[in-house]
Amino acid sequence: MPFRGLVAAGALKMNELSTPSSAIGPIPPAFVELRDVSLSYGEDADSILALESLSLTVGKGQFIAVVGPSGCGKSTLMKVVTGLVLPSRGTVRVAGEAVTGPVKNVGMAFQNATLLPWRTIRENVLLPFEIIRPHRHRLRAERPYYIELVQQLLSTVGLAGFSEKYSWQLSGGMQQRANLCRAIVHQPSLLMLDEPFASLDAFTREELWFVMQDLWLEHKFTAILVTHDLREAVLLADRVIVFSPRPGHIIYELDVALPRPRTLETTYSPLFTDLVHDLREKIRPGQPN
Amino acid sequence: MPWVAAIGMLIVWELVCRLFNIREFILPAPSVIAKSLVEFRGPILEHSWWTLVTTLFGFGLAIVGGVLLGVALGFSTLVYTGLYPLLVGFNAIPKVALVPILVLWFGIGAVPVVVTSFIISFFPIVVNVATGIATMEPELADVLRSLGASKLDVLRKAGLPRAMPYLFASLKIAITLAFVGSVLAETIGGNAGLGFLMVTASARFDVALVFAGLIAVAVMAVGLFAICVLIERRMVRWAFRGELLM
Repeated sequence: MPFRGLVAAGALKMNELSTPSSAIGPIPPAFVELRDVSLSYGEDADSILALESLSLTVGKGQFIAVVGPSGCGKSTLMKVVTGLVLPSRGTVRVAGEAVTGPVKNVGMAFQNATLLPWRTIRENVLLPFEIIRPHRHRLRAERPYYIELVQQLLSTVGLAGFSEKYSWQLSGGMQQRANLCRAIVHQPSLLMLDEPFASLDAFTREELWFVMQDLWLEHKFTAILVTHDLREAVLLADRVIVFSPRPGHIIYELDVALPRPRTLETTYSPLFTDLVHDLREKIRPGQPN
Repeated sequence: MPWVAAIGMLIVWELVCRLFNIREFILPAPSVIAKSLVEFRGPILEHSWWTLVTTLFGFGLAIVGGVLLGVALGFSTLVYTGLYPLLVGFNAIPKVALVPILVLWFGIGAVPVVVTSFIISFFPIVVNVATGIATMEPELADVLRSLGASKLDVLRKAGLPRAMPYLFASLKIAITLAFVGSVLAETIGGNAGLGFLMVTASARFDVALVFAGLIAVAVMAVGLFAICVLIERRMVRWAFRGELLM
């Protein structure tokens, strides 16, 4: 399988750990570590405190979800973890190293699919290989290999027949599938998802949850999902973190001990409903907006 | 339909000239202009060629300079905040006022014509290219940067391709402006070209020849506009989302 080949090439090693299939099990070593992180935007008087003394540890291969009222600094958290924004105070460590700039080899997917309209779906998903070393130097010589890799991934999300299409020829749900493919095709050690399912209709959204779960079960990257949807958070994550209204800090953590793979049936089980209910209780005191 | 409108306009024009007995040096009838076009086809072609060459020279310089500066403006906030007000100021200057200065510097001839054509068509290209690059979705930049892309990578992979539809849109405006610039400069500081021909003709009250010159300019401008549209369609098909405009 090409994906295994990629790992063997020394690009990434993330399959060596046996991540528990549920939250009950050995605690994996930390992959993302935030210690006492605060972040304010703007200058002195006008500054807005987006994050306040945030401490958070995400184990390697864990899937965590961050929920909270809107404007609570969830998206800021994404930027801080990936090093796109440096915290005003505190330290961020990813894979044991202090973050001082953009963390390389991260996969990101946003609510807006941001595919490049001048490229076909296949070329869009190839994009990470044009940037990441050492792939960018190998791409020209080993193009068929990379195309095969992309093609396989596209077929796992049901886009096999659409690789020659342009992004704007596809529906929103298909674009979002392609977006997810682009985010994980290079086997990132860390996947950041910022409400990637938010703009989809309910059925497509549920379908993509399971696409996401399958991809995660297969590749076992560390994932952080920011969402407003509590069912989505409980369904996908090993652990759900609840943010307070701004300035964001953690007010509640919930371990999701549901067995995997989770199915649509899971979402109707009493345990699932209880967990969602429990989360909703914690968010209630948030701001009305 | 456009042909019907054009022919209709010519017929009305002809009729108005004949019915009201308008004198030829005020407004020549289309038939008179046509006769003049045929009669002076040699000089008109010669001067048209000269205008075309100088205009394309100025336009070419505007594309090169405009794209370079546009990329710099879109790429760097520092360049943008520093240069943009200056550019707007320059663009606000009436270009007619510049031609005498250019003539003073470069003398009568092709140089002031090329330079005028350049400065008048330069601005829309700069602004459009800069806008195309600067309006990139921040999420897209984040995706690329978190893959380890340098600023240059982001520009090459996303900024430049994204700016292409903006560039081609601006070329359609710029090519017409380039003709305005070159003909304008020829009327003031040229020794050849259609602008020069028209000034000379109007000095002899040969208004029919002036109009013949105007038609020659219009034909060239429309032709080059059409070429720009064709190139645009080929280069940035994706920007039309499959629907062909214009």
